[in-house]
Amino acid sequence: MYKIRQWSVTNSRKLEAFYRNFEPVLVKLHPLFKALGYGRMEKPVRVIEKAVKSLMFDCQMCGKCALSSTGMSCPMNCPKSIRNGPCGGVRLDGHCEVKPEMRCVWVEAWRGSQQMRDSEAIRQVQLPVDNLLKGSSSWLRVVREQYSAADSEAVK
Amino acid sequence: MSAPYEQHPGSPLPFLEGHSSTGRLERVLRAGHFVVTAELAPPDSALAEDVYERARLFDGYVDGMNATDGSGAHCHMSSVAMCALLTNVGYSPVLQISCRDKNRIAIQGDVLGAAAMGVSNVLCLSGDGVQVGDHPEAKPVFDLDSMSLLETIRIMRDESRFLSGRPITSPPHVFLGAAENPSAPPIDFRPYRLAKKIAAGAQFIQTQYIYDVEQFRVFMAKARDLGLLEQCFILPGVGPLASARTALWIRSNVPGIHIPDAIIERLEGAAEPKLEGRKICVELIQQIREIEGVSGVHIMAYRQEAAVGEIVQQSGVLEGRVPWYPGCDAHSSIA
Repeated sequence: MYKIRQWSVTNSRKLEAFYRNFEPVLVKLHPLFKALGYGRMEKPVRVIEKAVKSLMFDCQMCGKCALSSTGMSCPMNCPKSIRNGPCGGVRLDGHCEVKPEMRCVWVEAWRGSQQMRDSEAIRQVQLPVDNLLKGSSSWLRVVREQYSAADSEAVK
Repeated sequence: MSAPYEQHPGSPLPFLEGHSSTGRLERVLRAGHFVVTAELAPPDSALAEDVYERARLFDGYVDGMNATDGSGAHCHMSSVAMCALLTNVGYSPVLQISCRDKNRIAIQGDVLGAAAMGVSNVLCLSGDGVQVGDHPEAKPVFDLDSMSLLETIRIMRDESRFLSGRPITSPPHVFLGAAENPSAPPIDFRPYRLAKKIAAGAQFIQTQYIYDVEQFRVFMAKARDLGLLEQCFILPGVGPLASARTALWIRSNVPGIHIPDAIIERLEGAAEPKLEGRKICVELIQQIREIEGVSGVHIMAYRQEAAVGEIVQQSGVLEGRVPWYPGCDAHSSIA
């Protein structure tokens, strides 16, 4: 939904604040995920994540969510799937060169990012997307990654 | 004795301290000369002579020529093949790589192959969308983007490994370039994007056409404030406009090129628009040259390639220097 996607960018700061509270909740669920098995949790979490993020961001489930550093504008909606945009072809009115009816997702990303607390996250270079992760839950990955980082800290 | 960058590249040049490549383009830039590069239009043929004929137009006027990679999403002779032909006789091409047509496996293979054939410069681009080209029904690849392409080649060169981690026994010693468009929205983000490209590995930048010098000046001032000018060489893009009609067409049909009204009015009022277009180009080069941090110009004279020599000469930017070309000196090994 293009209109909702634009609303999300306009409200990037609120969504950033929401996610800041939401992520610790997810992380707290780690014992539950672990008990039930991450493999078994993948499908239900993925279904919920996809439903929510498709509605709000036109999420493509790349598996490596970058919304926090792209002003809540999903880069996978760029027709060139540029993770480090914008390209040089942006029209003067801020619309996409490939899809003239759509605003450039990176013009939107810049707009969203400049309202966010972490307005500098957009300056980080994003690595090439890992196509093996496509379709998988980014939320579960975040939790697992935090725990494996915490575990290796504990070992030290 | 001639300066090191004037030697024939066919005989391997020694590595110089602080250089990434053994190519002439990097040497001339690091030696502090004002550099001229030009875009070489690829032929729609399988004839090597067509490439040489086009390259010869630039003899004595350019330090490097860009072999475009399906620019405008149109099919032409491949950039890797053009570069192979060019290095074979001693030219110093810039290999353009677009992410539109090849995935990371094909691109990394091309980089190794190109370097093996003597290519010393690579320009990393995202590429135009297939929709604007002659095969709009083609599948767009875009596995990497310009930024991750830079990073990929930097890893290959500096860490002697593929993106997968597998080792490369002899890395590609290439001078890495990228594009930027200071005239396209979001204008405020463009200097930061330049910073990202430098962080990803860009050592030189060739920009989209600059027709609005004031806008470019603001971009460069911001780049200076961010401390970027010491970290890379910037070659703004320039090119002659054939007529007011062409300029208007470009303005409304080629996204990302900003042509101010004043330039269109000058072309409209000129008795000979083509000559006026070249005169404007010369003036732009002279104005851009005065801007802090500009290391040269990149001339894209679409369908006016034969005028490049004249434009360079009239601009006076080479200050009497004659860039090396095959057959220009008695020491050349070219027959």
